Amino acid sequence: VADELERPGGEPVDHEAEPHLPSPTIWPFAFAAGVGLLLVGLIINWILAAIGAVIALIFGFLWIREATREVRARPLEEPEPEPVSELAVPEEGEEEPERYPRSVFLEMSTLGVGALIGGIVTLPALGFMIAPAFVDQGYDEVDLGPLANFPEAQYVIATFYSAEDEGSVGRRTAFIRNNGMKDDVPSFTIISNRCAHLGCPTQPSGLPGKAQEVKTSARPVTVTPVASVSGFQCPCHGGAYDAEGNRTAGPPVRALDRYHFLIKDGNLVLATPYSVGNVEGTGADAVIEAYPLADPGQHVDGPEQIFYPPKAWIPDS
Amino acid sequence: MARTRNKRQQQLMALVMAPLNWLEERSGLVGALKYFLFRKVPAETNWFHTLGSATLTAFLVQLVTGVILAMYYKPSPEEAFGSIQKITNDLTLGWLVRGMHKWGASVFIILLFLHMGRVFLFGAYKYPRELNWLVGVILLTLALGEGLTGYLLPWDETAYWATVVAININANAPILGPFLGDFLRGGAEIGEETLARFYSLHMLVIPGGLLGLILLHLYLVIRLGVTEPPWTRAAAGYEFEENGRGPVRKGLVEPRPRGNGSLGTPSRSEAEV
Repeated sequence: VADELERPGGEPVDHEAEPHLPSPTIWPFAFAAGVGLLLVGLIINWILAAIGAVIALIFGFLWIREATREVRARPLEEPEPEPVSELAVPEEGEEEPERYPRSVFLEMSTLGVGALIGGIVTLPALGFMIAPAFVDQGYDEVDLGPLANFPEAQYVIATFYSAEDEGSVGRRTAFIRNNGMKDDVPSFTIISNRCAHLGCPTQPSGLPGKAQEVKTSARPVTVTPVASVSGFQCPCHGGAYDAEGNRTAGPPVRALDRYHFLIKDGNLVLATPYSVGNVEGTGADAVIEAYPLADPGQHVDGPEQIFYPPKAWIPDS
Repeated sequence: MARTRNKRQQQLMALVMAPLNWLEERSGLVGALKYFLFRKVPAETNWFHTLGSATLTAFLVQLVTGVILAMYYKPSPEEAFGSIQKITNDLTLGWLVRGMHKWGASVFIILLFLHMGRVFLFGAYKYPRELNWLVGVILLTLALGEGLTGYLLPWDETAYWATVVAININANAPILGPFLGDFLRGGAEIGEETLARFYSLHMLVIPGGLLGLILLHLYLVIRLGVTEPPWTRAAAGYEFEENGRGPVRKGLVEPRPRGNGSLGTPSRSEAEV
């Protein structure tokens, strides 16, 4: 800009020779404010988000118009007819048949064959890179031992292994409460310890008893009874839940995940985990809003769920 | 050099020059290296201009120590932690190389940000260097990716839980999040697939991208020249002619002249007209 001012006055400006710098404009600031309002609105409420979106759209449009004004203002010139060789000059009034010289054919066929070979090599490799992460997902059933280890109306911390061959990385923890019989059907509350914020391990607030090793069919399980559990807390970012796993404070976006269960030969068996939006009531009378298992931090209910499509690749069980 | 050499010095000189001349005649590499090393830079360059080279040096340290660590590290859930322990405690000088790699990673990232700050505060991202800024942004992203993937490899509690949180943050991205989370984990849960793919990303994919983009970054620096600090008027590679209409640039690129026939900076006499 300083150079502009110092240039001797009156000289016509040749825009072609200028560096193409965008002219100073305030539209980006208004656009950014609109985007900011949109993001804040997504958290606070939808009307604010809509206003932000409208502001962003209007000022984004104005910004684009400003930025492209120079290009659009340039008169569209007829391109000069390129000098062509004598052979290719069409006679006046005579239809020239389309010509495909040998060189163009060879060029195109080389490119085509190259692209074909590239595709044949690349696509399977890409598929191999991506696909295995999404197929054969699912959860093995885990035997947690005899029902006698789970006294009624008390939480028990059960530590078990989800996979056999991965060492302590496969270690999982669930909080299990025997709710007694409801309509002659046994009822258990089985809550995953995975925090619904970013997946850290939550802890029950209560008085832990003595840990006990349980022999099961395959994998070692440890059970620790906990007296008077009032809720669960996460050490990472302060998420807090009540005794049913509903969020009471902190950043989590939903309740704690739960497990389905089976009873086989008098043993409690964990089946597939599922995500929970909210729990009404307690124990055996609880009404649970169940959803397919989602990663921590993903909304399963409310308007935000449109951002997190359910994982279609998880097999039903 | 005007100083006369004695016979012995001349013999020594010929001994050094013969292979260099042989190489230069057949490849031009010596000339290219000279062009690269003895470029014109602005008169008022200062210590802040060394931050880019410092970042490159930090990257090269990571490259060398990383290659050596890969000779002893075993990327499997059963052996990863043990092999790190072995490198640190048992192998000769292993503690030093691992320490260089671990602390050098932080040094690399810190220098990247300082270099970025220098470029921003000196206005070195402006025309015609916008593209180099964009390349730098991708380099920064890749470097942070190196930090993320490398953090899992020690396979201890810190590594595991930090990666749990980091992957779940990625999985919180709208729409793509659920796909991204499972892709990074290599499945529904963190396990051996996660470790293997983070290892592959950390030592093959991302370093390859970094190397290629660093070469592009350097090429653009050489092509466009070093930016002068904002408090000076003389630009890199410009030589002012006293009686000419404007500065003449000596370098690889001849910028297109302005409407009045001058280049970027008008000469003093021109400005006073």
